[in-house]
Amino acid sequence: MSQHQEKATIIKFEQLSGENIRLTLHAPLIAGSAKPGQFVMIQTGAGRDPLLRRPFSLHQTSSSGHIQIYLKNVGRGTDILAHSKIDEILDVFGPLGRGFDIHYDQPACLVGGGLGIAPLLFLAKCLYRSSKDNSRDLVILGGRTKGEVEPLVEDFQQFGIQVHCTTDDGSYGMKGFVTETLKSESMVKNSQVYACGPDAMLARVYQICREKNASCQVSVETVMACGMGACLGCNIPAKDGSYAHVCIDGPVFNAEDLVWSL
Amino acid sequence: MEFVKDNDPYPDLRVNIGSLDLQNPVMTASGTFGYAREFEKLVNLHRLGGVVVKGISLAPRAGNPPPRIVETPCGMLNAIGLQNVGVKRFIDEKMTYLRGINVPVIVNILGDTVEEYREITRMLEDTEGIAALEVNISCPNVKKGGVAFGNDPRMAAAVTSAVKEVSSVPVMVKLSPNVSDVTLVARAVEDAGADSVSLINTLIGMAIDLERRKPVLANVIGGLSGPAVKPVALRMVYQVAQVVKIPVIGIGGIDCTEDALEFLVAGASAIQVGTANFVNPRVSEDIVEGMSSYVKRNRLDSVRDLIGALEV
Repeated sequence: MSQHQEKATIIKFEQLSGENIRLTLHAPLIAGSAKPGQFVMIQTGAGRDPLLRRPFSLHQTSSSGHIQIYLKNVGRGTDILAHSKIDEILDVFGPLGRGFDIHYDQPACLVGGGLGIAPLLFLAKCLYRSSKDNSRDLVILGGRTKGEVEPLVEDFQQFGIQVHCTTDDGSYGMKGFVTETLKSESMVKNSQVYACGPDAMLARVYQICREKNASCQVSVETVMACGMGACLGCNIPAKDGSYAHVCIDGPVFNAEDLVWSL
Repeated sequence: MEFVKDNDPYPDLRVNIGSLDLQNPVMTASGTFGYAREFEKLVNLHRLGGVVVKGISLAPRAGNPPPRIVETPCGMLNAIGLQNVGVKRFIDEKMTYLRGINVPVIVNILGDTVEEYREITRMLEDTEGIAALEVNISCPNVKKGGVAFGNDPRMAAAVTSAVKEVSSVPVMVKLSPNVSDVTLVARAVEDAGADSVSLINTLIGMAIDLERRKPVLANVIGGLSGPAVKPVALRMVYQVAQVVKIPVIGIGGIDCTEDALEFLVAGASAIQVGTANFVNPRVSEDIVEGMSSYVKRNRLDSVRDLIGALEV
């Protein structure tokens, strides 16, 4: 696994909705070595405040050397990125962490909530670039409101897979949570579920997977300082009683290896 | 060691900390650089003056529950809880790699009792490739009501003596800034035989989540580091350098060449880069390059010309 620190130029800025933004950066070394589920650490400002880099999962990469991140303006770091402009340069390093363990021979079910949709597009691209049979695959995307879901749907539909959408307020797709759709959909036997979203959603997804006998990988989010296993600040409780570190042991885990509060 | 001036086109960055010779004054601080291997893909480790590894205790420690870190203005708070693999696994699993990086490896040690410090030192004695020990005295002394060793000159001296009794490599004692007069502790550990002192460890602080009316850190309090602490660190290094004869190593918020050189001017013989390694993994190497340029640009014979060069 190679890691690179690059000065990445912003080449595209997409305001997908009020708070949601998609940035395309030219970072050929990272683009060339990244796998779905991995993340990058981005220095949002030039000064010392905010001090720490911010982790972002890779939304997409391209063979032309581009990486994409999908973010929501929620704090000081993301606010700077939300006001960034084309041709600005960001210091980015990655790819970091363990990504999804992709099972090409199993029916796939991708479940994304809110910003958790971000890494699933990269995963979908990887899955369907192969000659995988996608007839029984399923994508479930959800968010609080239309703006968190609708702008991303087409990117998934291009692969010819079934895409189900939910919103908490019913402004787009089914009213409700992705987990309700996951529960009501008949999942093909031996499915591999790949999920990313808030903790409560992931806990529920894992519970449903157990009921349906599906294996489940989850991509989790925590605060991080370094992203590379040095600060040990991103620990989460693991099933065996120890702590796992999201940056090097994850961010993708087998759901059964973690502790869930249901 | 005699420094021989040769025709080397590269500026002389060599410094010594007592009997410990460094090719340059830039080390990485404990707990911010893992066991060095974490950084091998991004940093030329051979360029560093030294590596201080993550603090090691006698038994493995799981550390504190999350959240362990929070960003603060120009800094961060951490309450990792001294998570580490324990001395045995450190020797078995980490030392082979560390011996290969060709820079002095300084092992940071910590304990709950004076006996634990002595025991861990003894276990490291037979391990090849350790250039020096750095003693973390900011841990609570469980036998003395949990008061940190570093907060009491007598307890700090007791730990220093215990480690010195069994160690054959130089002993650096890392001082806590959470005291009213750091020079008292510095003098106490010097008298107890410390070969050098490094300072500062983190400043105790806290952060509150107002919405939930709860502390942000699970441990409630944590150690503040980063650029925010630099002026405090610089002042303490200056004060300690005035009163001790042993070398002083400056630590605290260093994130660029200028910061590092300011510590040298204040009286430090070498420095350690900490939190900045999280922000820019290459920063320590960048500071070595920056020092090199500075010495050349200012036509100094050596970077050592700057040590204690402050004019008050």
